[in-house]
Amino acid sequence: MFRTAFARAARQATPLCRRGFASVAGEGAYTQDGKRIVTLIPGDGIGPEISKSVVNIFEAEGVPVVWESVDVYPILKDGRTTIPDDALTSINKNKVALKGPLATPVGKGHVSMNLTLRRTFDLFANVRPCKSIIGYKTPFDDVDTVLIRENTEGEYSGIEHVVVDGVVQSIKLITEEASRRCATYAFEYARAIGRDRVTVVHKANIQKLADGLFLSAAQEVSRDYPDIKLDDVLLDRVCLQIVQDPTKWKHTVMVMPNLYGDILSDLCAGLIGGLGLTPSGNIGQKASIFESVHGTAPDIAGKDLANPTALLLSAVMMLRHMKMDNHADNIQQAVLKTIAEGKARTGDLGGKATNTQFTENVISNLK
Amino acid sequence: MFRNVPRTALPVARCLRASAGRATIAGTRIPTVRHFGTTETKTALPPTDGVFVPGTVYGGQYTVTLIPGDGIGLEMATAVKTIFKAAHVPIEWEQFDLSGYTKKDEGLLKQAMDSIRRNRVALKGILYTPVSRLGHSSLNVFLRKDLDIYASTSIIQNLPGSWPTRHKNVNFAIIRENTEGEYSGLEHTPVAGVVESLKVVTRAKTERIAKYAFDFALKNGRKKVTAIHKANIMKLGDGLFLNVCREVAKKYESSGIQFNDMIVDNASMQLVSKPSQFDVIVCGNLYGNILSNVGAAIVGGPGIVPGANFGSNYAVFEPGCRHVGKDIQGRNTANPTALLLSSIHMLRHLGLEDHANRISHALMKVIKESKVLTPDLGGAHSTTDFTLAVIGNL
Repeated sequence: MFRTAFARAARQATPLCRRGFASVAGEGAYTQDGKRIVTLIPGDGIGPEISKSVVNIFEAEGVPVVWESVDVYPILKDGRTTIPDDALTSINKNKVALKGPLATPVGKGHVSMNLTLRRTFDLFANVRPCKSIIGYKTPFDDVDTVLIRENTEGEYSGIEHVVVDGVVQSIKLITEEASRRCATYAFEYARAIGRDRVTVVHKANIQKLADGLFLSAAQEVSRDYPDIKLDDVLLDRVCLQIVQDPTKWKHTVMVMPNLYGDILSDLCAGLIGGLGLTPSGNIGQKASIFESVHGTAPDIAGKDLANPTALLLSAVMMLRHMKMDNHADNIQQAVLKTIAEGKARTGDLGGKATNTQFTENVISNLK
Repeated sequence: MFRNVPRTALPVARCLRASAGRATIAGTRIPTVRHFGTTETKTALPPTDGVFVPGTVYGGQYTVTLIPGDGIGLEMATAVKTIFKAAHVPIEWEQFDLSGYTKKDEGLLKQAMDSIRRNRVALKGILYTPVSRLGHSSLNVFLRKDLDIYASTSIIQNLPGSWPTRHKNVNFAIIRENTEGEYSGLEHTPVAGVVESLKVVTRAKTERIAKYAFDFALKNGRKKVTAIHKANIMKLGDGLFLNVCREVAKKYESSGIQFNDMIVDNASMQLVSKPSQFDVIVCGNLYGNILSNVGAAIVGGPGIVPGANFGSNYAVFEPGCRHVGKDIQGRNTANPTALLLSSIHMLRHLGLEDHANRISHALMKVIKESKVLTPDLGGAHSTTDFTLAVIGNL
């Protein structure tokens, strides 16, 4: 039973270059006139509409980005779920991709598309910022959290077995290597966005070894970042305090194992109004994929009613990742201004505007 | 091992014997709805399975084990003891000052466990668990596992006080499996830098917690049970949990209780945006921990969330949102409401309905008037002030 885990661990224990932890801004492909090529995965359902909205806004802003649109759907190769070759080549070459929602076909043999992408490109950290959006009132004000989730192991290791009928063991796998690179990214990210604190969220009082290892890996990494403070807090306490007073978490970057990150990031999204408003970035060894984490919304697909905010904000995050901060700032303010003004809000935000009207409004708000 | 014996199926003689020890209040022993905290709030906890036989009753005097716990525990326990004394509650406490901070005192722990086994009922604060790998494992978890008090029940509801809350009309129960799951305590390091931690899910334990949840819903007039899981990822472990919940739900179909399920990340999002959709939540160990904290935060904090752990033989009442409260220890500012509500329910569990009602009315009056509130609810009064206010309203 432990053989799988051992093999995995052995693979992951291969030493990595310390600084080579993420695909960096300089890498990737460029056109002859110096424009950055980015892979676009429009996705399913409302995906193509909201992707088009991003493309139009990027064009209006004059972002030096050329899109390479590919379709991603699951195919089986040697019994493993993978993605089509042209998508694989494109992302490997460009190092950066923007992705709309993908539907995972229900049926036997297919692993979820998200998991497949995560595996294929070794996307080890998931970045999930949540910031209150002015103009969309929720019971929680002034939320500004940043959460980084370890993306490759933990509770989602997929190692499970039935011991005897009616007894299941699921293994949570924590390795020092994966914990360390996730923590390293958290420190780098904190530095990049100007926060001076990293907070490890864990449950090491109960899972003393597993979460204990995650915690100690972060503590070790913190020695390389003297300008950034490290603290840690129990998962229960974060859940309580983040709902009681989200503003307490405005100055830190939270980092945590897979499951906690999954739950807490959606919880934070709930604080500001749902997944339609939150961006997400998957940072990987071979590439980084930025995506909207909401569903494909088949009920409104093709009706020009979808809200592109989540994908737009993910695209903004992508621009920051590629060090195009000026364009990122301008697009972000235009999106937020459009929602705040309230003239062109989509249905999910209580308005009546179409996706096209929203997009046009964002473009007119560009400086 | 465990048998879920419906109350009605028990031999009459046993029922009589069970109520015989309660002298004059025996008539109030088997209400169909057990009001929890107050009669105004339609919330209740069910009694334990089978017939509850109080361990130690002499001359109408009940003996109950008391473990104040760490942090604010001693202050909270003092508040409850003071109020109970003022209300002339016929309870004698067997107090054990266990602590998670000091070196584990095996002798004291054994005495405390013996006491709970004898008395069958305990009131307990939360014991500290160190984060360090070298530190001892959780005493709270040990106690729950050793007594097999598998069903943790906490009630998340808006109380009629004046403090601001993010949402209105919140009133749901979280039924949390207490003895397995992520808290199995099975971990090892196969090679350096790699740790495996086992989450154990069993059919037997899932079945009894699911049944408990449906019984709870039935006894308390609740309409819907929601199972929380992550079966899309943990297909076997959480898959088993979900499937067993579905099977149990089928058996309760005729009772009219609805059943649905929700993935844990979505549930936490729904909890902060639309909490009124929940009625009874049933979930595994870790998810229960997360959701009870989120839930506590939306109604006013851990200071007002009561809870209890039930097994087939023992009942241990403790705050529903388990925090040690080290940061406010010794300041006389902690809110005793959570432990007091838990202890009120303990009184009902013991059949001391009259005393429970008296104290609960007094407490609710103080909360409704909202003149004397502790800092966690926006007030400026001390634990002592609050305690005295409750006593003044008895």
